[in-house]
Amino acid sequence: MSDAPLLDVRGLGISFLIGGGSVHATQDVSFSVQPGERVGIVGESGCGKTITGLSLLGLLPRATTHVAGQAMFEGENLVGLPLSRMRHVRGRKISMIFQEPMSALDPVFTIGQQIGETILTHFKVDKKQARERAIEALASVGIPSPARVHDSYPHQLSGGMRQRAMIAIALVCEPKLLIADEPTTALDVTIQAQIIDLLMELSAKQGTALLFITHDLGVIAETCTRMITMYAGQVVEDAPVDSALVRPRHPYTSGLLRSLPRLSARGAVLPSIAGRVPTLRDMPTGCRFAERCAHRQEACAAPQVIEPAGGHLVRCWRHGELVLPGALTDREAAA
Amino acid sequence: MSARAILGRLLGVIPTLLITWTFVFGAMRLVPGDPVLLMLQGTPISDSAMEAARAKLGVDRPLVVQYASFLANAAVGDFGDSFRSRQPVTKLIAAEFPKTLELALGGFLVGVVLGTTLGVMAGVRPNGWVDTLCMTTALVGLSLPSFWIGMILIQVFATQLGWVPVLGSGWDALILPSITVGLFLAGGLARLTRNSIIEVMGQDYIRTARAKGLTTVRVVAKHAMRNAMIPPLTLLGIQFALLIGGAVVTETVFARPGIGKLLVQAVLEKDFPVVQGIVVLTTGVYVLINVLIDIAYGIIDPRVQE
Amino acid sequence: MSAAVSDAVLPRQPSFFTRLLGAPGAVIGTVVIVVVLGLAAFAPYLAPYDWNATSQCRRLAPLSAEHWFGCDLFGRDIFSRVIYGARFSLAMGLTTVAISLVFGALLGIVIAYGGGKVDRIGARVIDAMLCFPPIILAILIVAVLGVGLVNAALAVGISGIPRFARITRAATLTLVARDFVESARAVGATHTRIVLRHLLPNLAPILIVIATLDLGSAVLFTATLSFLGLGAQPPTPEWGAMLNAGREYVRYAPWTMIFPGLALFLTVMAVNLVGDRLSLILDPRQRDRS
Repeated sequence: MSDAPLLDVRGLGISFLIGGGSVHATQDVSFSVQPGERVGIVGESGCGKTITGLSLLGLLPRATTHVAGQAMFEGENLVGLPLSRMRHVRGRKISMIFQEPMSALDPVFTIGQQIGETILTHFKVDKKQARERAIEALASVGIPSPARVHDSYPHQLSGGMRQRAMIAIALVCEPKLLIADEPTTALDVTIQAQIIDLLMELSAKQGTALLFITHDLGVIAETCTRMITMYAGQVVEDAPVDSALVRPRHPYTSGLLRSLPRLSARGAVLPSIAGRVPTLRDMPTGCRFAERCAHRQEACAAPQVIEPAGGHLVRCWRHGELVLPGALTDREAAA
Repeated sequence: MSARAILGRLLGVIPTLLITWTFVFGAMRLVPGDPVLLMLQGTPISDSAMEAARAKLGVDRPLVVQYASFLANAAVGDFGDSFRSRQPVTKLIAAEFPKTLELALGGFLVGVVLGTTLGVMAGVRPNGWVDTLCMTTALVGLSLPSFWIGMILIQVFATQLGWVPVLGSGWDALILPSITVGLFLAGGLARLTRNSIIEVMGQDYIRTARAKGLTTVRVVAKHAMRNAMIPPLTLLGIQFALLIGGAVVTETVFARPGIGKLLVQAVLEKDFPVVQGIVVLTTGVYVLINVLIDIAYGIIDPRVQE
Repeated sequence: MSAAVSDAVLPRQPSFFTRLLGAPGAVIGTVVIVVVLGLAAFAPYLAPYDWNATSQCRRLAPLSAEHWFGCDLFGRDIFSRVIYGARFSLAMGLTTVAISLVFGALLGIVIAYGGGKVDRIGARVIDAMLCFPPIILAILIVAVLGVGLVNAALAVGISGIPRFARITRAATLTLVARDFVESARAVGATHTRIVLRHLLPNLAPILIVIATLDLGSAVLFTATLSFLGLGAQPPTPEWGAMLNAGREYVRYAPWTMIFPGLALFLTVMAVNLVGDRLSLILDPRQRDRS
């Protein structure tokens, strides 16, 4: 890994203004992404992972959102970046793809028009050159007849093709970072694998760093080198994937891993985590997972800090003493 | 949209028009009094002349025959002669039609420009002060009696300030009537556009467009507008009805010749062939416009093509 | 996130009137409507002069302390006539909307509930009737019935029937497809009972919303016919008819048209403001768009 991170997020706190008051959706979120690195953010829906991604590009509604902290990207703080500057980051340096390609693509414009406008926004090219580059981009995401798809409307394509087109739009300007928010959730299982392979391949080829936002640990295990676990608006663990799969340090990560069907032993009953996530309005001051945690002690009621532990960053004061099960045993991992 | 689909739409108009025209025919038979006496409007007549007139009008024939000949004549645009001027109704309408069309187009232009602008401005930032201002303006437009605002416009801009003429055939004489017609149209259209824009601005593809680095103006002008225009467009047919209503009233206010003025005059003078001709014509035009809108809809929204 | 937010404590649902008057526009609208109703009810006590007494003042006399809104061509006090005009506007609007609503809803329910061939033909006829621009249909009806205040009200009312019928039909169709109608049929309920006990209560909110939203334009519409000379006839102090009478003398006596028109505009605006608010409260689909 190189020294200077591509993206360095420090103390990101997002709050929504609702009916005169405000609720904190995320608090003190810190992580970094190195150039070309593939990082996954995992957590249940509502943990704040999606809005974290959106906040990096300033895509949250400005009137009702307040973002604190900073997100340094190539020497610029993305938090509070004026729209005139942010425009040159969006689509050019950082791109984003979304969960549902059907609704993320504009139904009344052709795929080609939608790729073309990205190229025309960021590069000084004429329409003919833009068309060539757009078709090239469609070919590079493995679309069989790119010229035909270029002139097609989104509703004329299959779900997998739409997501490929979406990826082509995102990567056409060869950004440094691609934020992929649940890019495969809406797709068939077989298509999912293809899209993931494609993202891996393109990220390696273009040197694009990937920030994978998903609730699917399987996807992260396959694609990422590092995973960040979020719970109730906080980062609870940040660790290399290989190490986290075998020996997670936070009880919540462990719980997530053990409820993973694909990696657990065949035939075993999947343990799920009992209880509910606390609501944003009555967040406990101490460990937010404590209420559902099997290893809870009285000291868990005190605020938890995130600290290094064996190559991980963990927000649990008992990380030193707990030995938690992962998705794989040491032996399986070695094999 | 394929030529076949367009032809299908056009043919689909026939049963609709058949029903509306049957209604017109029936309504005209309900008019109390002998048509010949109505035609003569009070002039005395001998019995033999009466018979001749009945035969000429065709009212001595059985109802079914009258109905069939009414439909056949309506289809070729023959509505008989006016009771009052004794001229063919078609000729009277043809003389006035361009004037009304001019006014309708002027009003349409004012209405669409004003309505869309207000609606988009309101919808892009809902619940702000711009929204409140624009929507109050739209409601004022919907609530203003067009005959009243027309008179006020004349009084202020023509009589007092002398900026534009009230009468005349130049384009400047069309400004005030067009505003009068357009205001009412703009009110409804602004409200539709606002709702549509709000809905569209919350869609994922707008977020995608912003994530690509497009300017706000481009996101709104290109992606939001194109999508948001689809629902108001489907209601443009109804808007066209308002346009006709606006034209009828505005012609009277501005003492402009036109179909509307002709119609009101004909009703007051019990000149039934003229009333019948104009009603048949306006429903025909209205139906045709709606088919054209249907076709335009297929061009703007590629999803309905298949 | 959304789940968490919806868990947040919501304030208790306030009463209907508190919610109706929750917007400044609706408050203004309500006040104006109350004033108009008051003028209509107490016109003989409030009007300083007889609405039809001529030569109360000089012809086309301008505004003065004795005649606040000036005088018309026959030397009648315009202020008194505008007050009496309040008796027509809302009453006419309510009558026409009632006609459209009752017959339109009846037609829509019968067609949709009848189903099959009845529905197919009925829907076709409604569609065809909607091809008449409302003002053209109304003028046609006036042409047949003859000019006059009552006939104009009838014409406006009838011309609204197809619109109400279409909306009612669509709403009824979705209701008929729902389980509770099936189960009511299964237990042997009569058609009348199903319509009255099961369909109407469910249709009521949407019908009320449409009727309220229609009221403003109905007031405007009947006044328009009077203005065209097809509705109320002179010397009736109807606002549209007053405007028509004042039309020729606008240049010399603008007050003959300014005040009746202003009264009409304020009434329609008030009805629209309250209607908007009411539809917002009653129609769940509209709620998030406020």
